[in-house]
Amino acid sequence: MRITQELVDYIAGLARLELEPEEKRDMTAELERIVAYMDVLNQLDTAGVEPISHVFPVKNVLREDEVTPSQDRAELLAGSPAGDGEAFLVPKAVE
Amino acid sequence: MIWETVIGLETHVELATKTKIFCGCTTAFGGPPNTHCCPVCTGMPGTLPVLNGRVLEFAVKAGLALNCQITRYSRFDRKNYFYPDLPKAYQISQLYLPIARDGAVSISTEAGDKTIRIHELHMEEDAGKLAHDPWIDQTRADYNRCGVPLIEIVTQPDFRTADEVIAYLEKLKETLQYLGVSDCKMQEGSLRCDVNLSVRPLGGGLGTRTEMKNLNSFKAIARAIGYEAKRQIELIEGGKRVVQETRRWDENKDATYAMRSKEDAQDYRYFPEPDLPPVELTEAYLDELRQSRPELAEEKRARYRADYGLPEYDCRMITSDRSLAAFFEELTALGAPPKQGANWIMGEVLGALSQRAMEPGDMPLTAPTLARLIALVEGGTLNRNTAVKVFEAVFDTDGDVDAYVKEHGLEQVNDSGLVREACAKVLSAHPKSAADYQGGKEKAFGFLVGQVMRELKGRANPQAVNAALKELLGS
Repeated sequence: MRITQELVDYIAGLARLELEPEEKRDMTAELERIVAYMDVLNQLDTAGVEPISHVFPVKNVLREDEVTPSQDRAELLAGSPAGDGEAFLVPKAVE
Repeated sequence: MIWETVIGLETHVELATKTKIFCGCTTAFGGPPNTHCCPVCTGMPGTLPVLNGRVLEFAVKAGLALNCQITRYSRFDRKNYFYPDLPKAYQISQLYLPIARDGAVSISTEAGDKTIRIHELHMEEDAGKLAHDPWIDQTRADYNRCGVPLIEIVTQPDFRTADEVIAYLEKLKETLQYLGVSDCKMQEGSLRCDVNLSVRPLGGGLGTRTEMKNLNSFKAIARAIGYEAKRQIELIEGGKRVVQETRRWDENKDATYAMRSKEDAQDYRYFPEPDLPPVELTEAYLDELRQSRPELAEEKRARYRADYGLPEYDCRMITSDRSLAAFFEELTALGAPPKQGANWIMGEVLGALSQRAMEPGDMPLTAPTLARLIALVEGGTLNRNTAVKVFEAVFDTDGDVDAYVKEHGLEQVNDSGLVREACAKVLSAHPKSAADYQGGKEKAFGFLVGQVMRELKGRANPQAVNAALKELLGS
Protein backbone atom coordinates (compact mmCIF):
# COMPACT_ATOMS: atom_id res chain seq x y z
CA MET A 1 0.00 0.00 0.00
CA ARG A 2 1.27 3.48 -0.95
CA ILE A 3 1.23 6.06 1.81
CA THR A 4 0.66 9.46 0.26
CA GLN A 5 0.74 12.91 1.81
CA GLU A 6 -3.04 13.10 1.14
CA LEU A 7 -3.66 9.94 3.15
CA VAL A 8 -1.63 11.34 6.06
CA ASP A 9 -3.69 14.57 5.91
CA TYR A 10 -6.92 12.54 5.90
CA ILE A 11 -5.97 10.39 8.89
CA ALA A 12 -4.63 13.39 10.82
CA GLY A 13 -7.95 15.16 10.15
CA LEU A 14 -9.96 12.22 11.51
CA ALA A 15 -7.81 12.04 14.61
CA ARG A 16 -7.86 15.83 15.03
CA LEU A 17 -4.07 16.00 14.91
CA GLU A 18 -2.33 19.14 13.72
CA LEU A 19 0.93 18.32 12.02
CA GLU A 20 3.66 20.68 10.80
CA PRO A 21 4.76 20.22 7.16
CA GLU A 22 8.02 18.52 8.18
CA GLU A 23 6.15 16.25 10.61
CA LYS A 24 3.88 15.25 7.75
CA ARG A 25 6.88 14.45 5.58
CA ASP A 26 8.47 12.33 8.33
CA MET A 27 5.17 10.64 9.12
CA THR A 28 4.62 9.72 5.49
CA ALA A 29 8.03 8.07 5.27
CA GLU A 30 7.62 6.28 8.61
CA LEU A 31 4.16 4.95 7.81
CA GLU A 32 5.44 3.81 4.42
CA ARG A 33 8.14 1.73 6.15
CA ILE A 34 5.69 0.30 8.72
CA VAL A 35 3.15 -0.67 6.11
CA ALA A 36 5.88 -2.15 3.91
CA TYR A 37 6.43 -4.67 6.68
CA MET A 38 2.94 -6.00 6.04
CA ASP A 39 4.10 -6.86 2.52
CA VAL A 40 6.59 -9.28 4.10
CA LEU A 41 3.74 -10.95 5.99
CA ASN A 42 1.61 -11.00 2.87
CA GLN A 43 4.18 -13.24 1.16
CA LEU A 44 3.18 -16.10 3.47
CA ASP A 45 0.61 -18.50 2.14
CA THR A 46 -2.15 -18.51 4.79
CA ALA A 47 -4.81 -20.26 2.73
CA GLY A 48 -6.47 -22.85 4.97
CA VAL A 49 -5.04 -21.38 8.18
CA GLU A 50 -7.64 -20.45 10.80
CA PRO A 51 -7.32 -16.74 11.75
CA ILE A 52 -6.23 -16.26 15.34
CA SER A 53 -7.64 -13.43 17.46
CA HIS A 54 -6.26 -14.30 20.89
CA VAL A 55 -2.95 -15.97 21.55
CA PHE A 56 -3.51 -17.02 25.18
CA PRO A 57 -5.80 -19.98 25.95
CA VAL A 58 -8.11 -17.89 28.11
CA LYS A 59 -11.89 -17.79 27.77
CA ASN A 60 -15.06 -16.87 29.69
CA VAL A 61 -13.58 -14.22 31.96
CA LEU A 62 -16.71 -12.84 33.59
CA ARG A 63 -17.53 -10.44 36.40
CA GLU A 64 -20.41 -10.39 38.93
CA ASP A 65 -23.07 -7.72 38.36
CA GLU A 66 -22.18 -5.73 41.48
CA VAL A 67 -21.91 -1.96 41.62
CA THR A 68 -18.52 -0.50 42.53
CA PRO A 69 -17.98 3.20 43.26
CA SER A 70 -17.47 5.45 40.25
CA GLN A 71 -14.63 7.94 39.95
CA ASP A 72 -14.78 11.38 41.56
CA ARG A 73 -16.04 13.75 38.88
CA ALA A 74 -13.58 16.56 39.54
CA GLU A 75 -10.73 14.08 39.25
CA LEU A 76 -12.21 12.65 36.05
CA LEU A 77 -12.64 16.07 34.43
CA ALA A 78 -9.18 17.23 35.51
CA GLY A 79 -7.63 15.04 32.85
CA SER A 80 -9.41 16.75 29.94
CA PRO A 81 -8.40 19.93 28.10
CA ALA A 82 -11.82 21.56 28.61
CA GLY A 83 -14.72 21.08 31.00
CA ASP A 84 -17.31 23.17 32.83
CA GLY A 85 -17.23 21.33 36.13
CA GLU A 86 -19.97 18.93 35.05
CA ALA A 87 -19.33 17.93 31.46
CA PHE A 88 -16.43 17.57 29.07
CA LEU A 89 -16.41 20.31 26.44
CA VAL A 90 -15.54 19.40 22.87
CA PRO A 91 -15.69 21.28 19.55
CA LYS A 92 -19.15 21.31 17.98
CA ALA A 93 -20.09 17.72 17.16
CA VAL A 94 -23.89 17.76 17.15
CA GLU A 95 -25.95 18.82 14.13
CA MET B 1 -48.06 1.50 -10.56
CA ILE B 2 -48.51 -0.38 -7.30
CA TRP B 3 -45.68 0.26 -4.88
CA GLU B 4 -44.52 -1.99 -2.10
CA THR B 5 -42.66 -0.78 0.99
CA VAL B 6 -39.84 -2.97 2.31
CA ILE B 7 -38.68 -2.42 5.88
CA GLY B 8 -36.02 -3.89 8.13
CA LEU B 9 -35.43 -2.88 11.76
CA GLU B 10 -32.41 -2.47 14.00
CA THR B 11 -33.53 -2.26 17.59
CA HIS B 12 -31.21 -1.32 20.45
CA VAL B 13 -32.34 -2.50 23.86
CA GLU B 14 -30.68 -1.49 27.13
CA LEU B 15 -30.30 -4.49 29.44
CA ALA B 16 -31.63 -4.28 33.00
CA THR B 17 -28.33 -5.03 34.73
CA LYS B 18 -27.19 -3.13 37.80
CA THR B 19 -23.78 -2.35 36.31
CA LYS B 20 -22.25 -1.47 32.97
CA ILE B 21 -21.12 -4.09 30.48
CA PHE B 22 -17.37 -3.90 31.17
CA CYS B 23 -17.05 -2.14 34.57
CA GLY B 24 -18.83 -1.82 37.92
CA CYS B 25 -20.33 1.66 37.35
CA THR B 26 -24.08 1.88 37.91
CA THR B 27 -26.49 1.86 34.95
CA ALA B 28 -29.07 4.01 36.80
CA PHE B 29 -30.91 6.37 34.44
CA GLY B 30 -30.12 10.07 34.79
CA GLY B 31 -27.82 11.24 37.57
CA PRO B 32 -25.66 14.39 37.41
CA PRO B 33 -23.42 14.36 34.29
CA ASN B 34 -20.27 12.23 34.46
CA THR B 35 -20.90 10.80 37.93
CA HIS B 36 -21.37 7.18 36.71
CA CYS B 37 -17.93 6.95 35.15
CA CYS B 38 -14.61 5.28 35.89
CA PRO B 39 -11.26 4.80 34.15
CA VAL B 40 -12.60 1.73 32.27
CA CYS B 41 -15.71 3.30 30.74
CA THR B 42 -13.88 6.53 29.94
CA GLY B 43 -11.18 4.58 28.13
CA MET B 44 -8.13 5.48 30.20
CA PRO B 45 -4.91 3.91 28.96
CA GLY B 46 -3.90 0.80 30.86
CA THR B 47 -7.40 -0.23 31.91
CA LEU B 48 -8.98 -3.53 30.91
CA PRO B 49 -12.67 -4.29 30.36
CA VAL B 50 -14.19 -7.40 32.01
CA LEU B 51 -17.52 -8.75 30.72
CA ASN B 52 -20.49 -8.61 33.10
CA GLY B 53 -21.77 -12.23 33.35
CA ARG B 54 -25.34 -10.96 33.65
CA VAL B 55 -25.08 -9.25 30.25
CA LEU B 56 -24.11 -12.54 28.63
CA GLU B 57 -26.98 -14.32 30.41
CA PHE B 58 -29.56 -11.70 29.36
CA ALA B 59 -28.36 -11.67 25.75
CA VAL B 60 -28.55 -15.47 25.53
CA LYS B 61 -32.01 -15.50 27.17
CA ALA B 62 -33.23 -12.94 24.63
CA GLY B 63 -31.69 -14.95 21.77
CA LEU B 64 -33.39 -18.13 22.94
CA ALA B 65 -36.78 -16.44 23.34
CA LEU B 66 -36.47 -15.05 19.78
CA ASN B 67 -35.83 -18.59 18.51
CA CYS B 68 -32.23 -17.85 17.49
CA GLN B 69 -29.26 -20.15 17.07
CA ILE B 70 -26.91 -19.34 19.94
CA THR B 71 -23.27 -18.96 18.92
CA ARG B 72 -21.26 -21.44 21.04
CA TYR B 73 -17.96 -19.65 20.42
CA SER B 74 -18.49 -15.90 20.43
CA ARG B 75 -16.25 -12.88 20.81
CA PHE B 76 -16.18 -9.10 20.71
CA ASP B 77 -14.91 -6.78 18.00
CA ARG B 78 -13.68 -3.24 18.03
CA LYS B 79 -15.58 -0.73 15.91
CA ASN B 80 -13.39 2.31 15.37
CA TYR B 81 -14.87 5.72 14.76
CA PHE B 82 -14.08 9.35 15.37
CA TYR B 83 -16.94 10.88 17.29
CA PRO B 84 -16.80 12.20 20.86
CA ASP B 85 -19.78 10.21 22.17
CA LEU B 86 -17.34 7.41 23.06
CA PRO B 87 -14.12 8.57 24.71
CA LYS B 88 -12.18 5.47 23.62
CA ALA B 89 -12.68 6.38 19.91
CA TYR B 90 -14.06 2.87 19.43
CA GLN B 91 -17.11 0.92 20.50
CA ILE B 92 -16.82 -2.65 21.69
CA SER B 93 -19.42 -4.58 19.70
CA GLN B 94 -19.79 -7.91 17.91
CA LEU B 95 -19.47 -8.12 14.13
CA TYR B 96 -18.02 -11.48 13.15
CA LEU B 97 -19.44 -13.82 15.80
CA PRO B 98 -22.64 -12.28 17.25
CA ILE B 99 -24.05 -14.13 20.26
CA ALA B 100 -27.22 -15.18 18.39
CA ARG B 101 -28.36 -15.56 14.77
CA ASP B 102 -31.20 -16.74 12.55
CA GLY B 103 -34.24 -16.29 14.78
CA ALA B 104 -37.93 -15.82 14.07
CA VAL B 105 -40.78 -13.88 15.67
CA SER B 106 -44.42 -14.49 14.81
CA ILE B 107 -46.70 -11.46 14.70
CA SER B 108 -50.42 -10.90 14.15
CA THR B 109 -51.98 -7.88 12.46
CA GLU B 110 -55.39 -7.26 10.95
CA ALA B 111 -53.90 -8.55 7.70
CA GLY B 112 -53.15 -11.93 9.32
CA ASP B 113 -50.26 -13.84 10.89
CA LYS B 114 -46.68 -13.54 9.70
CA THR B 115 -43.16 -14.55 10.67
CA ILE B 116 -40.42 -11.95 10.90
CA ARG B 117 -36.94 -13.41 10.56
CA ILE B 118 -34.21 -12.21 12.92
CA HIS B 119 -30.88 -11.83 11.16
CA GLU B 120 -28.77 -11.52 14.31
CA LEU B 121 -28.57 -10.33 17.90
CA HIS B 122 -25.34 -8.98 19.36
CA MET B 123 -24.00 -7.41 22.55
CA GLU B 124 -22.40 -3.97 22.61
CA GLU B 125 -21.81 -0.94 24.78
CA ASP B 126 -23.93 2.21 24.64
CA ALA B 127 -22.38 5.61 23.88
CA GLY B 128 -22.47 8.82 25.92
CA LYS B 129 -24.78 11.77 25.40
CA LEU B 130 -23.76 14.90 23.51
CA ALA B 131 -25.64 18.17 23.77
CA HIS B 132 -24.66 21.27 21.88
CA ASP B 133 -24.56 24.47 23.90
CA PRO B 134 -25.25 27.36 21.50
CA TRP B 135 -24.12 30.00 24.04
CA ILE B 136 -20.55 28.80 24.10
CA ASP B 137 -20.72 27.02 20.70
CA GLN B 138 -19.26 23.92 22.30
CA THR B 139 -20.62 20.42 22.71
CA ARG B 140 -21.04 19.08 26.24
CA ALA B 141 -20.27 15.39 26.67
CA ASP B 142 -21.87 13.32 29.45
CA TYR B 143 -20.47 9.79 29.64
CA ASN B 144 -22.87 8.31 32.24
CA ARG B 145 -24.52 6.14 29.57
CA CYS B 146 -21.17 5.13 28.13
CA GLY B 147 -20.76 1.37 28.59
CA VAL B 148 -24.38 0.65 29.53
CA PRO B 149 -25.06 -2.81 28.07
CA LEU B 150 -27.13 -3.07 24.90
CA ILE B 151 -28.33 -5.83 22.66
CA GLU B 152 -28.93 -4.90 19.05
CA ILE B 153 -31.54 -7.01 17.29
CA VAL B 154 -31.44 -6.88 13.49
CA THR B 155 -34.34 -8.24 11.41
CA GLN B 156 -34.43 -9.29 7.78
CA PRO B 157 -36.30 -6.84 5.48
CA ASP B 158 -39.55 -8.72 6.12
CA PHE B 159 -41.95 -5.89 7.00
CA ARG B 160 -44.32 -4.41 4.41
CA THR B 161 -46.43 -2.07 6.55
CA ALA B 162 -46.16 0.15 9.62
CA ASP B 163 -48.74 -2.11 11.32
CA GLU B 164 -46.37 -5.06 11.04
CA VAL B 165 -43.50 -3.01 12.45
CA ILE B 166 -45.56 -1.93 15.47
CA ALA B 167 -46.85 -5.48 16.05
CA TYR B 168 -43.25 -6.75 16.03
CA LEU B 169 -42.02 -4.05 18.41
CA GLU B 170 -44.89 -4.70 20.81
CA LYS B 171 -44.10 -8.42 20.78
CA LEU B 172 -40.40 -7.73 21.26
CA LYS B 173 -41.05 -5.35 24.14
CA GLU B 174 -43.45 -7.75 25.84
CA THR B 175 -41.04 -10.68 25.45
CA LEU B 176 -38.02 -8.81 26.81
CA GLN B 177 -40.03 -7.39 29.72
CA TYR B 178 -41.38 -10.83 30.69
CA LEU B 179 -37.88 -12.29 30.47
CA GLY B 180 -36.78 -9.51 32.83
CA VAL B 181 -33.86 -8.59 30.57
CA SER B 182 -34.99 -5.01 29.89
CA ASP B 183 -37.61 -2.54 31.07
CA CYS B 184 -37.96 -1.32 27.44
CA LYS B 185 -38.89 2.24 28.46
CA MET B 186 -38.89 4.18 25.21
CA GLN B 187 -39.09 7.53 27.00
CA GLU B 188 -35.83 6.73 28.81
CA GLY B 189 -34.23 5.45 25.62
CA SER B 190 -33.96 1.85 26.76
CA LEU B 191 -35.64 0.70 23.52
CA ARG B 192 -34.52 2.57 20.40
CA CYS B 193 -35.28 1.76 16.84
CA ASP B 194 -33.66 2.51 13.47
CA VAL B 195 -35.84 1.89 10.43
CA ASN B 196 -34.36 0.86 7.06
CA LEU B 197 -36.86 1.50 4.31
CA SER B 198 -37.02 1.21 0.53
CA VAL B 199 -39.83 1.05 -2.02
CA ARG B 200 -40.20 -1.06 -5.15
CA PRO B 201 -42.81 -1.83 -7.78
CA LEU B 202 -44.84 -4.74 -6.34
CA GLY B 203 -42.84 -7.94 -6.75
CA GLY B 204 -39.74 -6.17 -8.16
CA GLY B 205 -36.13 -6.17 -6.94
CA LEU B 206 -35.06 -4.23 -3.81
CA GLY B 207 -34.82 -0.45 -4.17
CA THR B 208 -32.27 1.91 -2.60
CA ARG B 209 -32.89 2.21 1.13
CA THR B 210 -32.58 5.03 3.62
CA GLU B 211 -32.07 4.65 7.35
CA MET B 212 -34.19 6.67 9.78
CA LYS B 213 -33.01 7.52 13.27
CA ASN B 214 -34.38 9.44 16.25
CA LEU B 215 -37.61 7.45 16.47
CA ASN B 216 -38.60 7.46 20.12
CA SER B 217 -42.21 6.32 20.17
CA PHE B 218 -44.37 3.79 18.34
CA LYS B 219 -46.42 6.71 17.01
CA ALA B 220 -43.31 8.42 15.61
CA ILE B 221 -42.23 5.16 13.96
CA ALA B 222 -45.60 4.67 12.23
CA ARG B 223 -45.68 8.28 10.99
CA ALA B 224 -42.06 8.27 9.85
CA ILE B 225 -42.66 5.11 7.81
CA GLY B 226 -45.70 6.67 6.12
CA TYR B 227 -43.81 9.87 5.36
CA GLU B 228 -40.63 8.25 4.08
CA ALA B 229 -42.40 5.73 1.80
CA LYS B 230 -44.37 8.58 0.23
CA ARG B 231 -41.23 10.70 -0.20
CA GLN B 232 -39.38 7.88 -1.97
CA ILE B 233 -42.31 7.04 -4.27
CA GLU B 234 -42.68 10.70 -5.25
CA LEU B 235 -38.95 10.95 -5.99
CA ILE B 236 -39.02 7.91 -8.27
CA GLU B 237 -42.28 8.90 -9.99
CA GLY B 238 -40.76 12.34 -10.57
CA GLY B 239 -37.86 10.69 -12.43
CA LYS B 240 -35.36 11.14 -9.59
CA ARG B 241 -33.35 8.63 -7.60
CA VAL B 242 -33.39 7.73 -3.90
CA VAL B 243 -30.02 8.45 -2.30
CA GLN B 244 -28.74 5.98 0.29
CA GLU B 245 -28.35 8.08 3.42
CA THR B 246 -29.25 8.41 7.06
CA ARG B 247 -32.28 10.58 7.72
CA ARG B 248 -33.48 12.06 10.97
CA TRP B 249 -37.17 12.11 11.92
CA ASP B 250 -38.31 15.49 13.16
CA GLU B 251 -41.28 14.87 15.43
CA ASN B 252 -42.36 18.52 15.44
CA LYS B 253 -42.29 18.96 11.68
CA ASP B 254 -43.57 15.47 10.84
CA ALA B 255 -40.86 14.97 8.22
CA THR B 256 -37.49 13.27 7.76
CA TYR B 257 -34.32 15.21 6.98
CA ALA B 258 -31.02 14.05 5.54
CA MET B 259 -28.31 14.09 8.19
CA ARG B 260 -24.87 15.11 7.08
CA SER B 261 -23.47 11.75 6.10
CA LYS B 262 -20.64 10.50 8.26
CA GLU B 263 -18.56 10.19 5.08
CA ASP B 264 -15.31 10.45 6.96
CA ALA B 265 -16.19 7.60 9.27
CA GLN B 266 -17.69 4.97 7.00
CA ASP B 267 -14.81 2.57 7.40
CA TYR B 268 -15.07 1.26 10.96
CA ARG B 269 -11.89 -0.84 10.62
CA TYR B 270 -13.42 -3.63 12.70
CA PHE B 271 -11.01 -6.09 14.26
CA PRO B 272 -11.27 -8.68 17.05
CA GLU B 273 -11.18 -6.97 20.46
CA PRO B 274 -7.82 -7.94 21.95
CA ASP B 275 -8.74 -6.86 25.51
CA LEU B 276 -11.56 -9.40 25.91
CA PRO B 277 -11.07 -13.16 25.72
CA PRO B 278 -13.65 -15.16 23.73
CA VAL B 279 -16.80 -16.62 25.26
CA GLU B 280 -17.50 -20.31 24.92
CA LEU B 281 -20.91 -21.56 25.97
CA THR B 282 -21.61 -25.10 27.09
CA GLU B 283 -24.78 -27.04 26.40
CA ALA B 284 -25.34 -27.25 30.17
CA TYR B 285 -25.30 -23.44 30.45
CA LEU B 286 -27.83 -23.10 27.63
CA ASP B 287 -30.06 -25.82 29.10
CA GLU B 288 -30.12 -24.07 32.43
CA LEU B 289 -31.26 -20.84 30.76
CA ARG B 290 -33.84 -22.68 28.66
CA GLN B 291 -35.30 -24.28 31.76
CA SER B 292 -35.37 -21.08 33.80
CA ARG B 293 -37.32 -19.22 31.13
CA PRO B 294 -40.46 -17.71 32.65
CA GLU B 295 -43.89 -18.10 31.09
CA LEU B 296 -44.25 -15.40 28.40
CA ALA B 297 -47.28 -13.13 27.92
CA GLU B 298 -48.64 -15.06 24.96
CA GLU B 299 -48.50 -18.32 26.90
CA LYS B 300 -50.22 -16.69 29.88
CA ARG B 301 -53.03 -15.40 27.67
CA ALA B 302 -53.59 -18.87 26.23
CA ARG B 303 -53.67 -20.34 29.74
CA TYR B 304 -56.08 -17.71 31.10
CA ARG B 305 -58.42 -18.39 28.17
CA ALA B 306 -58.25 -22.15 28.55
CA ASP B 307 -58.18 -22.53 32.34
CA TYR B 308 -60.24 -19.55 33.49
CA GLY B 309 -62.39 -18.91 30.42
CA LEU B 310 -61.41 -15.23 30.46
CA PRO B 311 -62.27 -13.18 27.35
CA GLU B 312 -59.39 -12.17 25.05
CA TYR B 313 -59.79 -8.52 26.08
CA ASP B 314 -59.32 -9.35 29.79
CA CYS B 315 -56.29 -11.54 28.99
CA ARG B 316 -54.64 -8.71 27.06
CA MET B 317 -55.30 -6.11 29.77
CA ILE B 318 -53.92 -8.33 32.53
CA THR B 319 -50.80 -9.36 30.59
CA SER B 320 -50.09 -5.81 29.42
CA ASP B 321 -47.66 -5.64 32.32
CA ARG B 322 -45.65 -8.44 33.90
CA SER B 323 -46.29 -7.39 37.50
CA LEU B 324 -50.01 -6.97 36.81
CA ALA B 325 -50.15 -10.57 35.53
CA ALA B 326 -48.25 -11.73 38.63
CA PHE B 327 -50.74 -9.82 40.81
CA PHE B 328 -53.66 -11.51 39.02
CA GLU B 329 -52.13 -14.96 39.46
CA GLU B 330 -51.56 -14.35 43.14
CA LEU B 331 -55.20 -13.25 43.56
CA THR B 332 -56.37 -16.42 41.85
CA ALA B 333 -54.05 -18.60 43.94
CA LEU B 334 -55.56 -16.98 47.06
CA GLY B 335 -59.00 -18.15 45.98
CA ALA B 336 -60.45 -15.12 44.18
CA PRO B 337 -62.70 -16.23 41.30
CA PRO B 338 -60.65 -15.41 38.13
CA LYS B 339 -63.35 -13.28 36.47
CA GLN B 340 -63.84 -11.28 39.69
CA GLY B 341 -60.07 -10.80 39.98
CA ALA B 342 -59.91 -9.68 36.35
CA ASN B 343 -62.77 -7.20 36.83
CA TRP B 344 -61.16 -5.64 39.90
CA ILE B 345 -57.83 -5.34 38.06
CA MET B 346 -59.28 -3.84 34.88
CA GLY B 347 -61.58 -1.50 36.79
CA GLU B 348 -60.49 -0.35 40.23
CA VAL B 349 -56.80 -1.33 40.14
CA LEU B 350 -55.94 0.21 36.75
CA GLY B 351 -58.11 3.22 37.61
CA ALA B 352 -56.33 3.82 40.92
CA LEU B 353 -52.93 3.38 39.23
CA SER B 354 -53.70 5.82 36.44
CA GLN B 355 -55.08 8.39 38.91
CA ARG B 356 -51.78 8.23 40.73
CA ALA B 357 -49.67 8.04 37.51
CA MET B 358 -48.17 4.89 38.99
CA GLU B 359 -46.66 1.81 37.33
CA PRO B 360 -48.22 -1.55 38.31
CA GLY B 361 -44.82 -2.64 39.65
CA ASP B 362 -44.94 0.21 42.21
CA MET B 363 -48.45 -0.52 43.50
CA PRO B 364 -48.70 -0.35 47.31
CA LEU B 365 -51.78 -2.62 47.47
CA THR B 366 -50.85 -6.31 47.73
CA ALA B 367 -52.73 -9.28 46.32
CA PRO B 368 -53.66 -10.77 49.74
CA THR B 369 -55.46 -7.51 50.66
CA LEU B 370 -57.51 -7.41 47.47
CA ALA B 371 -58.15 -11.17 47.71
CA ARG B 372 -59.58 -10.64 51.20
CA LEU B 373 -61.81 -7.84 49.93
CA ILE B 374 -63.08 -10.03 47.09
CA ALA B 375 -63.73 -12.86 49.56
CA LEU B 376 -65.84 -10.52 51.72
CA VAL B 377 -67.95 -9.60 48.68
CA GLU B 378 -68.25 -13.22 47.58
CA GLY B 379 -69.23 -14.29 51.10
CA GLY B 380 -71.92 -11.60 51.33
CA THR B 381 -70.27 -9.56 54.10
CA LEU B 382 -69.79 -6.51 51.84
CA ASN B 383 -71.81 -5.33 48.89
CA ARG B 384 -69.84 -4.37 45.73
CA ASN B 385 -70.32 -0.60 46.16
CA THR B 386 -69.14 -0.62 49.74
CA ALA B 387 -66.20 -2.80 48.72
CA VAL B 388 -65.08 -0.13 46.22
CA LYS B 389 -65.04 2.41 49.05
CA VAL B 390 -62.96 0.06 51.19
CA PHE B 391 -60.62 -0.48 48.21
CA GLU B 392 -60.02 3.27 47.89
CA ALA B 393 -59.38 3.52 51.62
CA VAL B 394 -56.80 0.73 51.83
CA PHE B 395 -55.08 1.13 48.43
CA ASP B 396 -52.26 3.51 49.38
CA THR B 397 -51.33 1.85 52.65
CA ASP B 398 -52.26 -1.75 51.89
CA GLY B 399 -54.44 -1.40 55.00
CA ASP B 400 -56.22 -4.19 56.90
CA VAL B 401 -59.55 -4.79 55.18
CA ASP B 402 -61.25 -6.57 58.10
CA ALA B 403 -60.20 -3.91 60.59
CA TYR B 404 -61.44 -1.13 58.29
CA VAL B 405 -64.80 -2.82 57.72
CA LYS B 406 -65.26 -3.41 61.43
CA GLU B 407 -64.15 0.07 62.48
CA HIS B 408 -66.58 1.73 60.05
CA GLY B 409 -69.41 -0.76 60.59
CA LEU B 410 -69.67 -1.62 56.90
CA GLU B 411 -70.84 -5.22 57.12
CA GLN B 412 -73.66 -5.86 54.75
CA VAL B 413 -77.01 -6.23 56.45
CA ASN B 414 -78.27 -9.68 55.54
CA ASP B 415 -80.63 -9.97 58.47
CA SER B 416 -83.97 -10.32 56.70
CA GLY B 417 -85.84 -9.04 59.77
CA LEU B 418 -83.81 -5.82 59.79
CA VAL B 419 -84.20 -5.33 56.05
CA ARG B 420 -87.96 -5.89 56.26
CA GLU B 421 -88.24 -3.46 59.14
CA ALA B 422 -86.39 -0.78 57.17
CA CYS B 423 -88.57 -1.41 54.11
CA ALA B 424 -91.76 -1.07 56.13
CA LYS B 425 -90.49 2.18 57.64
CA VAL B 426 -89.69 3.64 54.21
CA LEU B 427 -93.05 2.61 52.78
CA SER B 428 -94.97 4.30 55.57
CA ALA B 429 -92.87 7.43 55.20
CA HIS B 430 -93.44 7.58 51.41
CA PRO B 431 -97.02 6.40 50.80
CA LYS B 432 -97.24 8.36 47.52
CA SER B 433 -94.25 6.55 45.98
CA ALA B 434 -95.68 3.23 47.13
CA ALA B 435 -98.98 4.09 45.48
CA ASP B 436 -97.23 5.29 42.32
CA TYR B 437 -95.41 1.98 42.02
CA GLN B 438 -98.57 0.02 42.60
CA GLY B 439 -100.20 2.21 39.95
CA GLY B 440 -97.59 1.08 37.42
CA LYS B 441 -94.81 3.63 37.80
CA GLU B 442 -91.68 1.41 37.76
CA LYS B 443 -89.44 4.41 38.46
CA ALA B 444 -90.86 4.82 41.94
CA PHE B 445 -89.41 1.45 42.92
CA GLY B 446 -85.84 2.67 42.36
CA PHE B 447 -86.53 5.61 44.66
CA LEU B 448 -87.82 3.32 47.39
CA VAL B 449 -84.78 0.99 47.11
CA GLY B 450 -82.54 4.07 47.43
CA GLN B 451 -84.38 5.15 50.57
CA VAL B 452 -84.01 1.72 52.16
CA MET B 453 -80.28 1.67 51.32
CA ARG B 454 -79.98 5.08 52.93
CA GLU B 455 -81.82 3.90 55.99
CA LEU B 456 -79.35 1.01 56.28
CA LYS B 457 -76.35 3.27 55.49
CA GLY B 458 -75.65 1.59 52.14
CA ARG B 459 -74.83 -1.70 53.76
CA ALA B 460 -77.90 -3.69 52.73
CA ASN B 461 -77.77 -6.58 50.35
CA PRO B 462 -79.54 -5.13 47.29
CA GLN B 463 -81.22 -8.43 46.38
CA ALA B 464 -82.66 -8.75 49.88
CA VAL B 465 -84.04 -5.18 49.70
CA ASN B 466 -85.65 -5.80 46.30
CA ALA B 467 -87.29 -8.97 47.51
CA ALA B 468 -88.59 -7.49 50.79
CA LEU B 469 -90.00 -4.36 49.11
CA LYS B 470 -91.78 -6.34 46.43
CA GLU B 471 -93.29 -8.60 49.02
CA LEU B 472 -94.56 -5.69 51.12
CA LEU B 473 -95.94 -3.94 48.04
CA GLY B 474 -97.73 -7.11 47.12
CA SER B 475 -96.20 -7.35 43.66
